[in-house]
Amino acid sequence: MSNTHKDYAGAKLGMWLFLFTEVLLFGGMFVLYAAYLHEYRADFHVGGKQLDVVIGTLNTVVLLFSSFAIAAAITFIQQGKKKLAVNFTYLTIACAGIFVINKTIEWRAKFHHGIWPDSPHLREMSHGENIFFGLYFLMTGLHAVHVIIGAILLSVMVWFMKKDVINQQDFVKLENAGLYWHIVDLIWIFLFPLFYLVL
Amino acid sequence: MSENHEHKHHILSIKTAGIILGLLLMLTAITVAVSRIDLGFMNVAAALALATTKALLVIMFFMHMKYESRFMQGIVFLCFLILAIFIGMTFFDLAYRGG
Amino acid sequence: MSSNSLSFWEDSGNGRTGIMAWLTTTDHKRIGLMYMYVILAMFIAGLCLGLAIRLELIAPGRTIMDAQTYNTVFTLHGVIMIFIVVIPSIPAAIGNLVLPIQLGAEDVAFPRLNLFSWYLYIGGTILALVSLFTGGGAPDTGWTFYVPFSEFTTTNVSVAVIAVFILGFSSILTGLNFITTIHRLRAPGMTWTKIPLFTWSLYATGWIQVLATPVLGITVLLIFAERVLGVGLFDPNKGGDPILYQHLFWIYSHPAVYIMILPAMGVVSDIIPVFARKPIFGYKTIAFSSLMIAFAGSLVWAHHMFTSGMSDTAVLIFSLLTFVVAIPSAIKVFNWTATLYKGSITVDPPLLYALGFIFLFSVGGLTGLILGSAGTDIHVHDTYFVVSHFHYVIFGGTGFGMFAAAHYWLPKYYGRMYNKTVAKVAFYILFIGFNLLYFPLFIIGLEGMPRRYYDYLPQYQEGHVISTVGSWILAVGVIIMLVNLIRGFTKGEKLKGRNPWGAATLEWTIPTPPPLLNFDKEPDTSRKPYDFQGVTPDE
Repeated sequence: MSNTHKDYAGAKLGMWLFLFTEVLLFGGMFVLYAAYLHEYRADFHVGGKQLDVVIGTLNTVVLLFSSFAIAAAITFIQQGKKKLAVNFTYLTIACAGIFVINKTIEWRAKFHHGIWPDSPHLREMSHGENIFFGLYFLMTGLHAVHVIIGAILLSVMVWFMKKDVINQQDFVKLENAGLYWHIVDLIWIFLFPLFYLVL
Repeated sequence: MSENHEHKHHILSIKTAGIILGLLLMLTAITVAVSRIDLGFMNVAAALALATTKALLVIMFFMHMKYESRFMQGIVFLCFLILAIFIGMTFFDLAYRGG
Repeated sequence: MSSNSLSFWEDSGNGRTGIMAWLTTTDHKRIGLMYMYVILAMFIAGLCLGLAIRLELIAPGRTIMDAQTYNTVFTLHGVIMIFIVVIPSIPAAIGNLVLPIQLGAEDVAFPRLNLFSWYLYIGGTILALVSLFTGGGAPDTGWTFYVPFSEFTTTNVSVAVIAVFILGFSSILTGLNFITTIHRLRAPGMTWTKIPLFTWSLYATGWIQVLATPVLGITVLLIFAERVLGVGLFDPNKGGDPILYQHLFWIYSHPAVYIMILPAMGVVSDIIPVFARKPIFGYKTIAFSSLMIAFAGSLVWAHHMFTSGMSDTAVLIFSLLTFVVAIPSAIKVFNWTATLYKGSITVDPPLLYALGFIFLFSVGGLTGLILGSAGTDIHVHDTYFVVSHFHYVIFGGTGFGMFAAAHYWLPKYYGRMYNKTVAKVAFYILFIGFNLLYFPLFIIGLEGMPRRYYDYLPQYQEGHVISTVGSWILAVGVIIMLVNLIRGFTKGEKLKGRNPWGAATLEWTIPTPPPLLNFDKEPDTSRKPYDFQGVTPDE
C-alpha cells in the first residue's frame, strides 16, 4: 500500500514513548514501595533478610550480561555479521530462560516456607512484612512477566533475521526489541537492591 | 533536531559494550558490599545512587541515548522527572502525617 | 495508487469491500469514524443511565429502582461516560479524522497500531459490558473504584477493572501515535508555529496519555490482584494504606481531566477565529498554555483528597498548586474572547456550540476553584456541588466541544451539510436544559445534599425536581441535534466546494469528502493557520 513508509526516527520515537509507559507502569508500584518503606523500615529490613541474596545477585549478573549480549547483537547486525547477531540474540533468550528458572526456584522456596500472598503464615507475621512480601511477589512477578514477553519478542526477532526482514540496512525492529529488553534490565537494577539488599 | 533526514547511525563498538558490562558488574559488587555495612539511612541512599549510576550506563550506552538528539534525551529526562514528582509529592502527605 | 476522483468512502485502499474493508482499514479517517460510531452508541447508553438516575431522584425514597440497582446505575454511568465516551471522544474520533490532514500528512505514523488501538477500545468496551451481566452483578463502587470497598464487594469489579486497563492501553497507544505523527509527518514547511491549535492541544494531550495513563493501568491491576490474591496493599487489616490507593488513582485521574478538556479547548481555538474572521489572539500563548496545563495538571492530584485524612501539609501544597493550573486555563478564555472582540462574527452552529463551551467551562472552572481551596472544599466535598462542577467541566466542556467539532468538521467528511437552523434550535434547547439540570445541583450541594445517595431529606426535593425536568429538556435537545446531524449526513445537501466555513487550515484545501491519502496536490504550507486574507467560504 502506498501509505506505508519507512521512518527510522519515527519508529525509535514511538518505541521510546512506549518504554515511558512501562517505566510509569512500574512507577506506580515504586510509589507504593517508597511509601511503605517509609512506614515499615524495620519490617522491610527483616523481610529483606529472608530473601536469597545469592540468587538475587546471580539474576542481576545474568540480566546485565543479557543486556550486553543484545547490545552486541545490534552492533553485529549493523556490521553485517548476521550469524553473530543471531547467536547473541539466542544468548539473550537463554539468559531470560536462566532468569525465569532462578526466579521459579526462589519462589518455590518461599512457598515451601509458607510464604505466598495472603498465606496463613504471612498473616501471622507483622503488617510490614506482609506488605514487604506482597510487594515482592507483585513487583518481581510483574517483572518476570516482562522477562517472558521480552524473550518471546526476541524469538520473533531471530525469526525476522532468518527471514531477512531484519538485515544490515533495516534493523530498527531488532533495536526496538533490544530497547525493550534493556528496560526490563533497568527495572531489575532497581528491584534488586530494594528487595534483596534493603537495610 | 534533524526531523526529516536521519544522520548516520552510530554503531556501539563491542569493546565499549564490554567495558560497560565490566563497569556494571563492578557496581553490582559494590552495591552488595555496601549493603553489608550498616550505615543507617545512608544504605538506602547509597543503594539508590549506585542503581541510578548503573541505570544511566545502560541508558547512555546500551540504549544509545548518548548518541541521540537533544530532544530524545530531553524526553527521557522528562519521563524520569515525572516519576520522581509522583513519588516525591506523595511524600508531602506521607512525611507529615499525624503532625 | 488510488485515483484522485474517489473519496475515502469509495476507495478502501485494502482491496476489500463492505464491512471487512472497514474492519481491516488502516485509514485514519475510517478509524476515526469507527471510534465515533461506538462512542455515539455508548453516549446514548450513558445518557439513558443518567436520565434513570435523575428520574430516581425526583422524589425521596424509592421511585423506579432499589438502592443496590441505583448504586450500579451511577457506577455504570460514570465508567461508561468517563472511560468509554469522554476520554476517547475528541482525541480518538475527531483527532483521527483531523490531525494528520492538519499536518499535511497522508496518515498517522503507525496506521496499523492505530487500528490495533481501536480493537483494544472495542475489546475494553465489550468487557465492560460483560461485567454487567456476569459474576455477582454489575459493579457498585462508583467510577473511582475506591478501596477498601472495591476489594470486598461481591459485584463484578474484577472484570470491570480489567476492561478499564485495556481501555487505558488503547488511549496510550493513540497518544503515542499522535505524538510521533506530529514530530515526524509534518509536511515540508509545516513548522511548529504553523501547526493548528487543535493539533497542538492533541500534542499536549498525547503526553498526558503516555505519561499518566500507565499509573491508572497499574492501579486497576492492583485492585484485580487484591481481589484475587488478597495481598492487602490497601487493606488496613493487613498493614495496607487505603489513602495510597487514592494517591495512585488521582495521579492518573486528575491529569485525565486534562485529557478530556484540552482537546475541546483545541476545537474551540480552531473554530472561534474562523467565525470571527480574525487571526487567533495570542497563538503562541495558547499553544504554550496547553503544554503548561499538561504539566501543571500533573502536580495537583491530591486536591481530590482534602478530606481523606492525608497530612495538612499536603492539603496546603496541593491547594496552592491547584490555583496555578487556573492560570493557563484563564489565559485561553481570555484569548478566545479577545479573538472575538471586534471580529466580524457569523453565528453558525459550530461557533454557537463553541460559545456554549466557553460559558459552561468558565462556570465549571470557577466553581473548581471553590473546590480547590481547602477551606471551602471541606464544606462542599462529596456533595452535589462537586457533581455539578464536574458536569459543567466534562459535559459542558468536553461534551459541547465534541458537539462543536461534529458541526464543524463532519460535513467535510460526509460531504453533506446538516440543517443549520435546526442545529441552532437544538443548541438553545440543550443549553437551557443543561443549566436547568445542573445549576440547581450547585445550590442543593451547598445546602449539604451528599452525592451518590439514594435517598434524601425533603428539603432538597425542589432542586432535584428542577434538575430532573432539566434532564428531560436536555435529552430532547440531544435527540434533535443528533437526528439533525444524522439526517444531514445521509440526506442533506451535498457540499460542492472544499471550504464551507472559509477556514485557513489544511483540511479545508482538499477535496470533499477527502480522498484516501487526503491530498490531491502538495499541501500548501505557506499560509498561517489563522490567516484569512483572501480565504472565502466555498460551499
